[in-house]
Amino acid sequence: MSSPLSVAAVVLVCLTTLAVGGLGLRLSRGTSDFYVAGRTVSPRMNASAIGGEYLSAASFLGVAGLVYDRGVDMLWLPIGYTLGFLVLLVMVAAPMRRSGAYTLPDFAEARLGSRAVRLVTSVLTVAIGWLYLVPQFQGASLTLTFVTGAPPWLGGFVVMSVIALAVGAGGMRSITFVQAVQFWIKLTALAVPAFALLFLWLRAGHPEPVVPAEWHIPLTPTGPDDHPAYRTASTVLALCLGTMGLPHVLVRYYTNPDGVGARRTTVTVLALLGTFYLLPPVYAVLGRVTLPELPDGARSDSIVLRLPTTLIDGLGGQLLTAMLAGGAFAAFLSTASGLAMSVTGVLDQELLRPRLSRLTGSDSSAIRGFRYAAVIAVVLPYVISRASEPLGLATTVGLAFAVAAATFAPLIILGVWWRRLSTTGAMAGLVVGGVSAVGAIGTTMAVSDLSGWTGALLANPAMWATPLALVVAVTVSLATPSRIPASTRRTMLRLHTPERVGLTRTRARES
Amino acid sequence: MPGSDPRPQADPSGADARTAGQPPHRVRVTSSRRGAAPARSRPVSSDLEEQTELGDVYLDGLMREQLRLSLSVLALTVLVLATLPVVLALVPAARSVEVLGVGLPWLVLGGGVYPVAWGLARWYTRQAERIEGDFADVVETS
Repeated sequence: MSSPLSVAAVVLVCLTTLAVGGLGLRLSRGTSDFYVAGRTVSPRMNASAIGGEYLSAASFLGVAGLVYDRGVDMLWLPIGYTLGFLVLLVMVAAPMRRSGAYTLPDFAEARLGSRAVRLVTSVLTVAIGWLYLVPQFQGASLTLTFVTGAPPWLGGFVVMSVIALAVGAGGMRSITFVQAVQFWIKLTALAVPAFALLFLWLRAGHPEPVVPAEWHIPLTPTGPDDHPAYRTASTVLALCLGTMGLPHVLVRYYTNPDGVGARRTTVTVLALLGTFYLLPPVYAVLGRVTLPELPDGARSDSIVLRLPTTLIDGLGGQLLTAMLAGGAFAAFLSTASGLAMSVTGVLDQELLRPRLSRLTGSDSSAIRGFRYAAVIAVVLPYVISRASEPLGLATTVGLAFAVAAATFAPLIILGVWWRRLSTTGAMAGLVVGGVSAVGAIGTTMAVSDLSGWTGALLANPAMWATPLALVVAVTVSLATPSRIPASTRRTMLRLHTPERVGLTRTRARES
Repeated sequence: MPGSDPRPQADPSGADARTAGQPPHRVRVTSSRRGAAPARSRPVSSDLEEQTELGDVYLDGLMREQLRLSLSVLALTVLVLATLPVVLALVPAARSVEVLGVGLPWLVLGGGVYPVAWGLARWYTRQAERIEGDFADVVETS
C-alpha cells in the first residue's frame, strides 16, 4: 500500500526534528552547552522530554501488538515501563542529580573512584544503548514498509541519518526541545485516531471482540509448561529496576536544576506516561473486533497501523494512518536520538576525546570528536538491525531492560544508599549480573525450544540475576573492607544533603 | 547552585582560647555574656563538611529516614500490584465482574494502576521534601 499522505507525515516529522536540531546549533556555543543544555531546562519541559524520549517503538506499536496477540496479561508491560520511574524516583532521582554525574560511568567513577569500574559501566552503557537502538530501527523499517511499500532497509536508514545529523549538529540542548515536542506529537498522533476509531466502534453498536476466554484473564498459561506468574513478575521487575539503568534516562536528570527539581520532574513523568498508556489497549481491543486474524506473515506489531484503513475507507483512513505513521516516526526518532546521544557521550568521553585533545587540545576539536562519536553510535546498531531477525519490538526492548536491571540497578542502589560498598564488590556485582543476564538471554535466542522452568528462567532472568548481582556485590564488599573508597563519606554527603544546606566546599568542584 | 557563596566558616574565637598562652598577658578567665559567641557558634552544616562524628550522626539519620520512606513506597507498590492477581486467584467470580462494560482486569491493569502510581509519587515527593526541610532547619540553626 502506498500513501502519499503517510510519506508526507514521515517527511514532516523528520524535517521538524532536523529543523529544531538546527535551531539548537545556533544556540549552543561551548562544549558544556552541547552536553547539558547549560542546565537551563525547566522541570515541566524536562518531564515532557523524558516522556518523549522514553516512549519508543515498543510503546507506540509494540504494546498494542502484544496485547492484541496475547490479551490482558500484556498490560503488565506498560505498567512496568511506568513504575520504573516510580522506583527511580524513590531510589535515585534526587541523589543522582546531586551527584553531578552526567552518565552512569561518571557516577560510577565519582562514587567509587575506580577507572576499571568506569570502563565496565561504559561498555555496559554502550551495549544496552545499542540493544535498545536495534528495535527502533526495525520498527522504523516495519512502519515505512507498511505504509509506503518501501524496501525494508530504508526506514531504519532514514531514522539513523536524521538522528546522526540532529545529535551531531545540536547536541543536548536541541535534543531537549526536540524530545519535549516529540512527546506531544506522539500523544496526539496516538490519541486522535484512537478516539475516531472508538467513536466508529460505538456507532456500530460496540461489538464484542472475537477472542478466547483466556484473553481476558491475567496470568493464564499459554501452554501446558508455561509459568505465567514467574514470567510476568520477572518482566515487571526488569522494567521497574531497568529504567534507572537506561543510558538515555539518567542523562536527562542532569538537566534538572537540582535534586528537588529532579523529583518533581519524575512525578510529572509518571502522569504523562500514565496518560499515554491508556491508549495502546484501545487499539488492541478494537483490533480484535475488526481484524480477528492478521494476514499471513504480518507481525502483530503492525496492528496499530492497520486499523484506520480497515475501518475507514478513503481519505479519512489514509489521514489517520498518516498521523500514526508520523507519530511512530516521532517515537523512533526521539528514543533513538536520546540513546544515540548517550552512547555518543560515552564513546566521546571514553574513546575519542582523550585522543583528539592529546593531538590539539582545543574546544573545536572536542566538538568534532563528539560528531564522529555520533556517527559511530548509530551506524553499528543499524547494521545489527539489518543482520538480525526481528524478535518483536517490545521483546527486544525488554532484553535491554533485563540487562540494565541485573547490572546497573544494584550498582546504583548500593552506590546511593550503602556506605560499605567497595570497589571490588561493585565490580563483582556488575560482572556477575552482566554475565548472568546476557548469558541467559543469549541462550534463549540461540536455543529456541527451551520450555518449562529452564525456559522461563532463562528467558526472564531479571528475577534471579538481579538479586544474585546484589548479593554478590554485598558479600564481596563485606569481604574487602579495605577497598571501600576513602571518599565515600564525602560522596554520600553530597548525594543526600538538600541544596538548602550550603556545602560550599563539597559542591564547589561541581560548577 | 550557590557555588560562590563566601559564607564565613566556623568562628574559632570564643570557646577555644588555648592559643592565647603568651606569659606576660593577663588572661581573662571568666566567660562574659556580653558580646560573647553562643556556646556553640557554628552550625552543624560545618560539622557535615568537616566530617566530624556529629556530622556523621546527622547524615546517617537523614539517609536512614529517606531510605525508610523509599522502602515503604516500594512495599506499597508491590502490595498494589499483587492485589489483583491474588484477588482473581482467590475469588474466581471476580474475573467476570464488569464496571461500565469493562472487565475488572482490563480496568485495573489498563488504567487503574496509573493514578495510584502518580498519587504515591506525589506523596513520596512531599514527604522527602519535608524530611529534607527538617534536616536543613536542624543543621543550619543549631
